Amino acid sequence: MSEGTKVVPRLDTDRLLDDPRTRIIVCCGSGGVGKTTTAAALGLRAAERGRHVVVLTVDPARRLAQSMGLSSLDNTPRPVPLSDDAAAGGTLHAMMLDMKRTFDEIVEAHADPDRAGQILANPFYQSLSSSFAGTQEYMAMEKLGQLRRTEQWDLIVVDTPPSRSALDFLDAPQRLSRFLDGRLIKLLTAPTRAGGRAYLKVVNVSFSVITGIVTKVLGAQVLRDVQTFVSAFDTMFGGFRERAEDTYRLLQTPGTAFLVVATPEPDALREASYFVERLSEDRMPLAGLILNRVHRSPAARLSAARSQAAAEALLPVGGPADNAHSAGSNGGGAPLADATRYPLVVAALRLHAERMQLIAAERRLAQRFSAAHPAVPVARVIAQPEDVHDLAALRVIGQSLSDN
Amino acid sequence: MAEDNLMPVRARDTDWEGVRLHVVTGKGGTGKTTLAGALALALASAGGRVLLMEVEGRQGIAQLFDCPPLPYGEHKVAVAPGTSTVPGGDVYAIAADAESALIDYLEMFYNLRHAGRTLTRLGIVDFATTIAPGLRDVLLTGKAAEATRRRTGGAPLYDAVVMDAPPTGRISRFLNIASEVSGLAKAGPIRAHADTVQRVIRSPETAVHFVTVLEEMPVQETLDGIAELRGLSEGGLQLGAVMINMVRPTALTDDQLTAAARGHLDRHELVLGLKTAGIEGSLGPDGSTAVADGLAAELGEHATQVLNQREHRRVLTSAGQPCYDLPLITDGMDLAGLYRLAAALQEQGAA
Repeated sequence: MSEGTKVVPRLDTDRLLDDPRTRIIVCCGSGGVGKTTTAAALGLRAAERGRHVVVLTVDPARRLAQSMGLSSLDNTPRPVPLSDDAAAGGTLHAMMLDMKRTFDEIVEAHADPDRAGQILANPFYQSLSSSFAGTQEYMAMEKLGQLRRTEQWDLIVVDTPPSRSALDFLDAPQRLSRFLDGRLIKLLTAPTRAGGRAYLKVVNVSFSVITGIVTKVLGAQVLRDVQTFVSAFDTMFGGFRERAEDTYRLLQTPGTAFLVVATPEPDALREASYFVERLSEDRMPLAGLILNRVHRSPAARLSAARSQAAAEALLPVGGPADNAHSAGSNGGGAPLADATRYPLVVAALRLHAERMQLIAAERRLAQRFSAAHPAVPVARVIAQPEDVHDLAALRVIGQSLSDN
Repeated sequence: MAEDNLMPVRARDTDWEGVRLHVVTGKGGTGKTTLAGALALALASAGGRVLLMEVEGRQGIAQLFDCPPLPYGEHKVAVAPGTSTVPGGDVYAIAADAESALIDYLEMFYNLRHAGRTLTRLGIVDFATTIAPGLRDVLLTGKAAEATRRRTGGAPLYDAVVMDAPPTGRISRFLNIASEVSGLAKAGPIRAHADTVQRVIRSPETAVHFVTVLEEMPVQETLDGIAELRGLSEGGLQLGAVMINMVRPTALTDDQLTAAARGHLDRHELVLGLKTAGIEGSLGPDGSTAVADGLAAELGEHATQVLNQREHRRVLTSAGQPCYDLPLITDGMDLAGLYRLAAALQEQGAA
């Protein structure tokens, strides 16, 4: 019907949530598109449809915790109280990733107490574990793997870190490998691996050149700290990489569903296209696109043009010009159309015209995305006039997803 | 002679006299890069030369100014509008990355360009910035500080530097260089470098601006970010403006807003108005009633949104920083839109 569009496959989120084979749902998308809220809404809906769900979020939005009736989220899955009548026997837990604590726990679990203490005290470890964006990606993978291994939940919904490039988590295992197999780390660990006296034999000229430069730039103490860190960490590295690779492979299995979240805006959809392509490159199972905050109109029969014309018809000739509306930049009241008997109607018609234009623009963007990715199923979430504050609001979003 | 702040003469004072490094942060999706670009244009309108720097490897500036991806280096991307008496200045842009910044740094201070290349080739920079991200941040902030201080013929090369910085959630760590690096390098050149950078970042020459939209989460993040920076600022980190992006004016009076938000609009007036406008006839027998209901619902949503936004604005204002309103660009963000935003910033005293 709508201007010769091809049929875009519909993303049936309820079927996805109800399918017991769906074990992991990963929400990815650029910053500010509502990934975390979408993840929470999906988790809630799945739980209310009878699944045992844990939502793992990396976004420290306090509101989200509050919307799920939790005062805080602290790296441990906390039960979210569901209303009795809604629960079809399902349960919902939520947790927020604390990357430093996750990292510390891994160190404590995989190194003897002495060595663990050494690692935890090392300044490089402290920097790595608390401030590196990549650490967050890697720890999200690690936590996901941990949650999956407990077999305590039959569905894990996770949102991805708001990183520079939001698919960094896919690179985490490779980056770790590259890091571990790098020439530098071999050089740095060589002395300890070969044992004290053999140092000189193993170390070649290029190493001394490098250490010369590193010492000159960073100072000798930095190099010593790095070496201490690397050698203390050395025994654990293998396990790290293995688990990262396991989780990576787990993500590729059919039990995982990737949902790309975007708003109908040029930047977000451009990013979404990139994610779709990247996921396919990595052979990750993409379930579809969630188009978030899509506008609709309850008076869609009235076109933008007619609405605008009607508004003008209500204004006397020579009255406030069209662009009176876009002048001024204050969000406060800028009453216009004093000259009309129907100021409210004029305002309503103009608002409506604007909304219809927005809807048309959003539709064009969505069509452009679907033209480039015709096989990607799409589900829409209608823009809500207010922010999410409670389970009821999350439920509305889940319902909107299902209705689309 | 070589006065530090030899600024071009301006018609009037701006809110940020003396600030030469503008750090722009904001939650993802609020238009941080766009407003950083607009601010650079606005600053360049007084003439002179402004450098716009991005640090996250997204090539957002190239997209914004509709030019091919920026190779490393400082390239002219736009000419500011200027006025009838003063021709507009130039906006240069750089997509800074840690490795190139390190090479520049080694060359500039140690004449070790070749060594820098070797370090990069061997993956050392990658390694160092992987295990010690604070080093990456210090290289990037260092690049901004260096560009701010760079001089040619006794005067600063750039009249201002605008940095499209990491998002609000990471900004305080990004700017808190000394403590990031102090644990890692207790002495030595990097430490000395970090201390220099820290001095620039914490001088009155630097201000940190926040971009937000009038929605709950971005507003909350902005307030958190401001509080965090205030927490670090015993060393004098200067908070800048709050740039409220995507502001839409409303045509409704306060009474109408309240009524619409509560669903108490005068439906009779709507129906009558629509009839007068001739909407009725072509939409079927009860057309205008259905349309009137639809429009009333839309007005209600609009009113709720406007009232929420006012509340968000009130909360933002309470943070005590100057606020600038930037209009929503409805017909797609392009260069024309960018110039409009730049003009809005200028009108409100940002530049």
